[in-house]
Order: sequence, then structure tokens, then C-alpha cells
Amino acid sequence: MIEVSNIHKSFNDQLVLKGVSATFKKGDTSLIIGSSGSGKTVFLKCLLGLFEPDQGDISYDGRHVIKMSTKEKRELRKEMGMVFQSGALFDSETIEDNIRFPLKMFTNQSEEEMLDRVNFVLNRVHLENVNKKFPAELSGGMQKRVAIARAIVMNPKYLFCDEPNSGLDPRTAIIIDNLIQEITDEYQIITIINTHDMNSVMEIGEKIIFLKDGLKKWEGTSQTIFKTDNEDVTEFVYSSDLFKKVREVYNKD
Amino acid sequence: MKSLHSIGKYFLMLGQVFRKPQKRGIFKDNVFKEIEELGLKSIGIVAFISFFVGGVVAIQTGLNVDNPWIPKYLIGFATKRSIILEFAPTFMSVILAGKVGSYITSSMGTMRVTEQIDALEVMGVNTLNHLVLPKIIATVFFYPFIIALAMILGIFGGWVAGELTGLYSVDDYVDGIRLDFKPYLIRYALIKTMVFAFLIATIPSFYGYYVKGGSIEVGKASTKAVVWTSVVIIVFNYFLTQMLLG
Repeated sequence: MIEVSNIHKSFNDQLVLKGVSATFKKGDTSLIIGSSGSGKTVFLKCLLGLFEPDQGDISYDGRHVIKMSTKEKRELRKEMGMVFQSGALFDSETIEDNIRFPLKMFTNQSEEEMLDRVNFVLNRVHLENVNKKFPAELSGGMQKRVAIARAIVMNPKYLFCDEPNSGLDPRTAIIIDNLIQEITDEYQIITIINTHDMNSVMEIGEKIIFLKDGLKKWEGTSQTIFKTDNEDVTEFVYSSDLFKKVREVYNKD
Repeated sequence: MKSLHSIGKYFLMLGQVFRKPQKRGIFKDNVFKEIEELGLKSIGIVAFISFFVGGVVAIQTGLNVDNPWIPKYLIGFATKRSIILEFAPTFMSVILAGKVGSYITSSMGTMRVTEQIDALEVMGVNTLNHLVLPKIIATVFFYPFIIALAMILGIFGGWVAGELTGLYSVDDYVDGIRLDFKPYLIRYALIKTMVFAFLIATIPSFYGYYVKGGSIEVGKASTKAVVWTSVVIIVFNYFLTQMLLG
């Protein structure tokens, strides 16, 4: 379980997170939603230890990040997988080398074992015959799938995704969402996704946290989000005509 | 105040760089990769510039030594001394700061803005040690060979220039080269080179690693890195000369 309590983070004089608390459980896919500038990415980077909160506490299964040394943080990170918004694949290396890198760095597996594992995860994200290609040779959706493969190659306990389907067409976005959901269920990991995509909310929103101006304004599920009276949430959710129509359908039901 | 902050940050960076590599095999591969990128790929430009500048130094000296009381072998002697003492270690290091420094800052800066460094961090990698230490090892131990090559080619360029222009005879030039040979001067030049190589690897890495923003900021960081590396090389050159020869 990941427990976040009352974290604050500021940059220069700007307070970006103003005391956010949340709990994330094993086997759950949790979504952090909110408009651009709401503090979603900073929140995720605080969880990953890329930013150090000014105040508050984060604990991973009882291990408190704030009290950890840099070395202990690095050990903890070996249990994490991260899918970046841009994919963040190493562009000068082949897909195979990208995925093999964590195995090479942190395990003593033989070349054969590593190749088997690479092929296994590539197969898991439904990619074939891409081993020797470079990231630039793949489409955006394929790059995201490679990023997911690299994130799960070490069997992480915690999976983080920063806007995993941004820049993708709706169909590919749904494929990526479902893939993350399947992996979470299959490996019983804790998955936290940053998104502002309402399609993702509907597809995989088991638990949803809504951030606005660095504060947690609402928490619920994909079922309750369309019924809430919270003004901040309704303003965000029904900013598009499509979801206004969804609300009408919900209200009729 | 901002400069002091940057200097402090630079030394803190070095503290993270000089750690035990997490995986020896990967570290070894990275060192060889960097020797190729930062060293072998610079040999062409170093050889080209050294040969021609060596020739120019010899011609300039020859043209300015027209007094019959001054022996012609002094052309070879002056060319050798200026190439070994300053041209090869300092001038070539400034050129390498431009070529290699901009490469290091732009490649690391691009890794930063495309979140590749964050990806490594999240995996649990000590990114500074993983990315910067191989560059330091590659430059500090390989650049002395490049600079030695620059010395040889510079002196050879002077020899060829004598042959082509007829300003001085080859025998006089070779006599000048052999005159008052002091091995310590070569050692001095190579010590300077190793210090400059360290600066060429670390200052651009600092600018690339901590860049914020996008492609324009990466470009600006590259320019700053080259300027500051060159300035620091020139300042260090002054103090090292005073310390080692003064």
C-alpha cells in the first residue's frame, strides 16, 4: 500500500501542492485527474522521489521515503516501473536494448535469460518483430507499449504512468488503457495513472482523485464521478459536449 | 550569488559522480563508447588543425627571423617549444571544448528534456555516475594520446612547410627540434591536458544535466558550456603554468 499524507511542494515562491493525502491499494488502478497546472505531474514525481516534498510523508508498504538515504531510495525505485508521457525511450538504443537495460543493470541474468524476458514482455504488450528497431522507427502507440514493456520487465510492485495515452488516437488510447488495467490485475500491482483524458476515466477508473490548484478536491470512482455535485469536478468533467451528453443519458437512467 | 550557487552545485555533482559504478560491465562498455565518441571521433579535426597550425607557426617564425646573426635552427626550436608548451595542450583543448563540449551538453540536455534521465533515475540508476564518470575516464586517459599526436603532427607540419617554402632547410629545422630537449616539458603539457580533459568532460555535463526547458534551452546551455569551459581552461592554464614551470 502507498500512503501519502499531507504533502506540500513549492518551486521558488509558487506553492504547487498544498497538502495532498491519498492511499493506493494493491491491485487497484488509480487515476489522478485534473486540468493542466493542477499539480498532477508534481504529485507523481513526488511519489517517484524525483521531487522531494517540502512537508508531509510518503510510505511504500510501511517504508517512509522522507527518511530514506539516496541509496535506499534507489533500492526502492527498483520496485517501481514508470511510463513517461513522452515514452522516454533511449533513442540511441534498439527496442531490445531499451527493455534489457534494467535487467542488465540490476540482475545477473545470462544473455539468453534476458532475451527471453525481453521477448516475454514485448509479447505481453502485443508487439512483435520490433527487437532490432529504434524508437524513432515506431509509431507513438508502439513507443508507449515499449515504454510499458520496459516498465514491467523487472516485475515492479508499483507502476506509475504519466498521461500514457496523450497524443494517441482514441482507439490506440483505449488499447493502452486496457493493457495497463490487464497488467495491474494480472500482477496485482499498485498502478497510479496521471491523466486528463475522460475516456480513461470511464475505461479504467477504479479509483479517481481529482486535483485542482494543488489540492485534492474529490475522490471517487468512474461510477460516482458522473453523479457528484462537486462543482470543481463537474466543471472539469463536463467541459466537453460529449460528456454533457453522457450526463443527460445518466440523468435519464 | 548565482555563480557561487552554480559552483557549489558543480562540486555537489562531482560528489555523486565519483561513486562506485553500480554494474562494472555496463560501466566498462560506457567507457569504451565514450572513448569512441569523445576521443576517436576527434582525431581527424585534431590532426588536420595541428598539421596546418604547426606549418604556420614555423613559417611565421621563419619570416620573422631574418637577421643573419640568428641561426636558422632556432625556427625548429621555437616551433617545437610553442607547439609542445601551448599550442597542443591549450589551443587544442579549447578546440576540443568546442567540439566535444557542445556534444556532451546537447546530448545530455536532450536526455534531460525528453525525460530519459528521469527514466534512469526511476529505475534506481545513479545517473550522474552512469553518464558522467565514463566521460571523465575516457577524456582524462585518452586525451593525452590525442595531444601527443597533435605535438607530433604540429612539428611535422613545420617540417613540411620548410620543405615547401624553402624558408629554412630541413637539417636546420631538425637540429632545432633536437636542441635542448627537456622531457619535463612533455610531462608538463600532458599534466595540463589531463586537467583540461577533466574540465571538458565535467563542465558541459553540468550544463547538460541540469538544463530545464526545451530545445532552445539545450542550445543555450551548449553555448554557455563551451564558453565557460574555454574560460576555465584559459584561467587554469595560467595557474598551472605558474605552478609547474614558475
